[in-house]
Amino acid sequence: MGLPNDYDEGLSMQRAAFKQYAQAIPGAYAIRKADKAPCRMACPAGLNVQGYVQMVKEGKFHEALEIIMEDLPLPGVLGRICPHGCEDACRRAEVDEPVAIRNLKRLAADRVDPRGIQIPCAPARPDRVAIIGSGPAGLSCAYHLARKGFRSTIFEALSQPGGMLRVGIPAHRLPREVLEQEIEVVTNLGVEIELNTALGRDLSIDDLFRKGYKAVYLALGAHKGIELGVPGEKADGVRQGVDFLREVNLTGMARVGRKVVIIGGGNVAIDVSRSAVRLGAEETTIIYRRTRSEMPAWEEEIQAAEAEGAGITYLAAPQEVLTRNGQVVGLRCIRMQLTEPDSSGRKRPVPIPGSEFEIECDQLIPAIGQRPDLTALENITGLTFSRYGTLEVNAVTYATERPGVFAGGDLQTGPWVAIGAVAAGKEAAESILRYIEGRDVAAGRQPVAHENPRYRPIPQNETRRPRARMPELPVAQRRGSFNEVELGFDEPAGRAEAGRCVNCGYCCECLQCVDACLAKAVDHHQVPVTRDLQVGSVILCPGSEPFDPAMLANVYPYRKNPDVVTSLEFERLLSASGPTMGHLVRPSDGKEPKKIAWLQCVGSRDINRSGNGYCSSVCCMYAIKDAMIAKDHAHGDLDCAIFYMDIRTFGKDYEKYYTRAKDTAGVRFINARVHSVDEAGPGRSLRLRFVDEKGEIREEAFDMVVLSVGLQVTPETRELAKRLAIDVDRYNFAVSPPFLPVATSRPGVFAGGVFQQPKDIPGSVAEASAAACLAGRMLSAARNTLTRQVELPAEIDIRGAEPRIGVFVCNCGVNIAAVVDVKGVQEYARTLPNVVFAGQNLFTCSQDSQELMKQAIAEHRLNRVVVAACSPKTHEGIFMDTLEGTGLNKYLFEMANIRNQDSWVHSQTPRQATAKAKQLVAMAAARAATLNPLAEKVIPVNPRALVIGGGVAGMNAALAIADQGYEVVLVEKEERLGGMAHRLHATIEGWDIQRYLQELMGRVQSHPRIQALTRSLIVGFGGFKGNFTTEVLVGPGMYERKIDHGVVILATGATEYRPTEYGYGQSEHVVTQVELGARLQEHGARGLAQVVMIQCVGSRNEQNPNCSRVCCQAAVKNAIHIKDLSPATDVFILYRDMRTYGLLEDYYEQARRKGILFFRYDADAPPRVETRDGGVTVTFRDRIIGRELQVEADLLALSAGLVPSDTEELSSIVKLARTPEGHFMEAHVKLRPVDMATEGLFICGTAHSPQLINESIGQAHAAASRAVTFLSKSRLTLSAVTAKVNPDVCAACLICVRSCPYHVPRINAEGVSHIDEALCHGCGICAAECPAKAIELNWYEDEQLLCKVDALLEGIL
Amino acid sequence: MRLNYPSSVRIIRVPCTGKVDVLHLLRCFERGADGVYVVGCREGDCHYQNGNFRAKKRVEQAQQLLDRIGIGGSRIRMCNLSSSDAPLFVRFAEEMHAAVMSAGPNPIRGARAAMKAAPDASSPAAHP
Repeated sequence: MGLPNDYDEGLSMQRAAFKQYAQAIPGAYAIRKADKAPCRMACPAGLNVQGYVQMVKEGKFHEALEIIMEDLPLPGVLGRICPHGCEDACRRAEVDEPVAIRNLKRLAADRVDPRGIQIPCAPARPDRVAIIGSGPAGLSCAYHLARKGFRSTIFEALSQPGGMLRVGIPAHRLPREVLEQEIEVVTNLGVEIELNTALGRDLSIDDLFRKGYKAVYLALGAHKGIELGVPGEKADGVRQGVDFLREVNLTGMARVGRKVVIIGGGNVAIDVSRSAVRLGAEETTIIYRRTRSEMPAWEEEIQAAEAEGAGITYLAAPQEVLTRNGQVVGLRCIRMQLTEPDSSGRKRPVPIPGSEFEIECDQLIPAIGQRPDLTALENITGLTFSRYGTLEVNAVTYATERPGVFAGGDLQTGPWVAIGAVAAGKEAAESILRYIEGRDVAAGRQPVAHENPRYRPIPQNETRRPRARMPELPVAQRRGSFNEVELGFDEPAGRAEAGRCVNCGYCCECLQCVDACLAKAVDHHQVPVTRDLQVGSVILCPGSEPFDPAMLANVYPYRKNPDVVTSLEFERLLSASGPTMGHLVRPSDGKEPKKIAWLQCVGSRDINRSGNGYCSSVCCMYAIKDAMIAKDHAHGDLDCAIFYMDIRTFGKDYEKYYTRAKDTAGVRFINARVHSVDEAGPGRSLRLRFVDEKGEIREEAFDMVVLSVGLQVTPETRELAKRLAIDVDRYNFAVSPPFLPVATSRPGVFAGGVFQQPKDIPGSVAEASAAACLAGRMLSAARNTLTRQVELPAEIDIRGAEPRIGVFVCNCGVNIAAVVDVKGVQEYARTLPNVVFAGQNLFTCSQDSQELMKQAIAEHRLNRVVVAACSPKTHEGIFMDTLEGTGLNKYLFEMANIRNQDSWVHSQTPRQATAKAKQLVAMAAARAATLNPLAEKVIPVNPRALVIGGGVAGMNAALAIADQGYEVVLVEKEERLGGMAHRLHATIEGWDIQRYLQELMGRVQSHPRIQALTRSLIVGFGGFKGNFTTEVLVGPGMYERKIDHGVVILATGATEYRPTEYGYGQSEHVVTQVELGARLQEHGARGLAQVVMIQCVGSRNEQNPNCSRVCCQAAVKNAIHIKDLSPATDVFILYRDMRTYGLLEDYYEQARRKGILFFRYDADAPPRVETRDGGVTVTFRDRIIGRELQVEADLLALSAGLVPSDTEELSSIVKLARTPEGHFMEAHVKLRPVDMATEGLFICGTAHSPQLINESIGQAHAAASRAVTFLSKSRLTLSAVTAKVNPDVCAACLICVRSCPYHVPRINAEGVSHIDEALCHGCGICAAECPAKAIELNWYEDEQLLCKVDALLEGIL
Repeated sequence: MRLNYPSSVRIIRVPCTGKVDVLHLLRCFERGADGVYVVGCREGDCHYQNGNFRAKKRVEQAQQLLDRIGIGGSRIRMCNLSSSDAPLFVRFAEEMHAAVMSAGPNPIRGARAAMKAAPDASSPAAHP
């Protein structure tokens, strides 16, 4: 089944059974389901319509029949005569017309003989069941009983089986051979049919029980025609429609008149008319009392009857049968008119007085309905009847009041559809099974109500395709013959028709996957389970969704034009694993684009249209990245233009990337908001209109337009927040209390990632750790209370033993076995040197295979194991654990990857693949023979942390660790704790920083597990993760102290840049933002008539190429503060890009509303400042009016950047990597944002990068969390894959010392290189570099690699 | 993604390309391999910081040696890719396969065959 691949943003297709993406871990498949499709819900018998339609689409007619015959033994019959309620429910009608479901069912039965389908049946049971009536209900009941193991006997009153299917429906609609074949389907299961045996006349219910039948099923149908109730009805030539049809259908003939009048509007009336025509009637007229639109007969049947010459008189009712000599000669009718609807919802016909008319006829056939003939049942005790003359049963179980007697079909419902009778028979079979077994007949069978079912949305771009038309026998060939009129679809037409199905339920439940899965892992009966979990804390990381620009269709022709894509779609186009495998092409025509435009802020910073007033924080950076990658992927010149309002590259080192894109890579940045995107026509370019910086309207054409869509909280998350009773803001982001960035309004519930507010990956990762920290703080008492220890047997000593290798070759289901000759590989493996055992498994990684492997190891005394299967990246650990479980050292193991490196990638050349698999196994076995047991070193962990820096970040980290039960030594070089925060007063939200700081310092100083050392300096440092020793000079006495600790947190902070620009230091009227904040705090806005602020002072320039992140909000914060204190004061903010990211955008907006004036300036033309008495004169150019402006300011505030504290000496002592600007360098920018490359060291706060106080707190919690992952373990097990030096060969040449990326090797007291295994990362670079070959990397020793080369190339020379 | 690539490729796993020694590379040719390529992280993205640059240097060194002894430096190369870039992996395999096909069999194989045929022909004069 083809469904849009969500991971590829719908740009490629996937199946309902899918893996999220190629590299997904776990690499497991899922099956996408919605509620059961409406067609299936509409079918009385619950046929899996979507399933068999999909099989027909695939041309799998056999499988289609298997699905149909799960419920229905008569596919060809119902495929012709079912009134198909499923089609009325079909959602394809929302696009064009319903899928021709019934005809597809018939196609399957036309292509494959249903008698050839294997019907799985339970083992035969001795109990027998009697069924009265061989119509659809009786046949269905017998069929389903047979599947449950019961043999039944059907007693049929007529001479031929089939009930109404045979005697009610003429052969031109249902050929006799089709019906007979499908009755055979039932009798082939051992069901007996006794004909000419009527209840009442030939047998009684009591007889049946006496004969040993355990249950009786009554399915007598409704074969008695309803009389007209008009005078003359007993005349010759008047005959009930059902009686007429019965005779025709049983004998192939019946007397027909010349002029036949039929009364009624249902299918029976039509069948009578069409049969009469075939039997030679010259003229048939149908009289119906309502109009055509109320007529219950099917439209196609009415049309067919008309085509065959039937006349239909609407709005007429019979009044009297006109007779002559007891023989009918005509009919007096009266005209009717329709009035208000009756109980059936149809308009009620009433006679028009005086409108009588007569028609001539010689045969009159009433077909106004039929009812059950109850004569045989009326006197049976225990049976009750409704006032409609039907038998009453339990609505769920179909049990009558009499024990052991069940009933269904038309007898119980009155005349209804055949598929309803089939459903009733199936349900009765279930009841009979339970009755005979003595179980509760009704339990668990109440119908499930499906309110608001969820279905796959109908694709918006679904093209309209007309429903396939049924080919028919030409009208001229119909008279005089009962040959079938509808000829059936041919295969291509049917498969195309099935392709119109929109797959409402996603998975069609064809269950092919269940058969295909050799591991028996697929379970379609899984249902959501509600479970109660006792937890101490909840962390919410529900993520976000990209804004859907479809709602802005009037601006951007997204979805209308395939070349307008969202940024996420564009990312997929760039991805190597994406729909185009990384080949950048235009979706409309597959050509490479020459010009691409990015439109920023789509669904962000937009209160008018999307309502998302915030900045999504990530789009500028991803747009630049995508432009850079696009340029990289393009063959030839690619022009990339980014249309933006402000470029917000405020993250760590992001500005440098922006500068590179602009100045080196030539990405164009256009400061304009595009107001329209016009399509020049399909396959042609897109025209963008925008107002440029000079205020002129411009137009430019592009091949593709990328919409940089923002992030937003999903409706599901909104609901989740509601259920958890946590507060969200107006954009649905979680609200946090002051100074606790990942907490929510509800204690114990934490939120991280974009749900907290829009942010990038490093921010999200850090926050996740922060949330874990806060949760851990509450749960620390419970730590390790639920863990279990694995008990391992003592290690077997294999020293001196000859290698005894066991090779386990995996079939991986069909993954390997379908390509590689696994048996051949297994046999070959046995011939290899040292191999004493070779086996194969269906799935070597399965639990039972592990047990078999353990047995084989013991039985064959294996001391090396080779698994030829998949990738060690995913499976090595499992097998190593198994080895350990048998007492073998886990390093005595090797894998040969005959799946990922062989069967998967050489599927086209199976012979070569088998040869390669053998070689891979030979190589693995050769290496296995060389392997030695390796001991993993276990080191203790000192559960004490050292925090360097006592600012807000350092104190928070210290408290977070100490609160979890570990000791902390906090070292601060200044006299008091608090750092930079002493100079700050309030956050932009208005939170009081001083009060917070006092509280924080108080908690740190009084915490029993924190020692705060002020005026202290780090002077020495050594050790490795878990075991560091630091020498500290502790003030004021400056005595030396050695501190042993397990982890280090670096929180050395930053200070405000001291400007040299704009007359700072020369005039008291020039201050920094921090100074302005203090001044406003102390003196208010007194004397400030005009204030100018200049942004990016000491940031984004040659000396400091980074953005300082905090200054834009600082300016906005202080400007708002001034306006609040003194609304008359004019405030001018001169900026390059306003970087009020995330929710700060609201304050920017507020500032503009308060009348604060913003002017953009160019880095090449900064404002000019002249100091004068009583103020400064600031001159700058306004780009929109194109003129210089001058402001006489009382005060000039410089938004001075943040510079990291001087850590030069500290870095050399502790050996810390720093950026050129002096920030500490994390281990991985995205994924390990607070870890240093050296294990056991963590960073947080402004020592990491410029950030706001709240962000610093979050990062401090993150670093504390990471640190606790070490502290909470009493010991660490180190990998044994480390380098070791042979001191006898070492020449102390220092090459290893210089080449190690982690500075691990040292020349020791003996004058040779020493590599500390606790510090070694195991890359092996030193081993490769060592000229004396004195160094070997464990598990990758030279011989262990070279033996693979030798094994591979053996015999080549 | 299970993209097919030439089945002539056999992979030997190392923790980092920085572990690959010139001796390892030369041993392959000594034993008759027709080509060797070293596949590491993208430049600047080395998991161990700079191992791939070291590997690059060693590959270059091996290239010069192979050129000098007449085996041909085109039989060895360094490739860099990210672990998620399957199409590029396939391209490298195809390029290497093509390069080896056009270079023909490792001359050592021919020389060894000749030696086997005429055991005395190992004098320096017989060397190309």
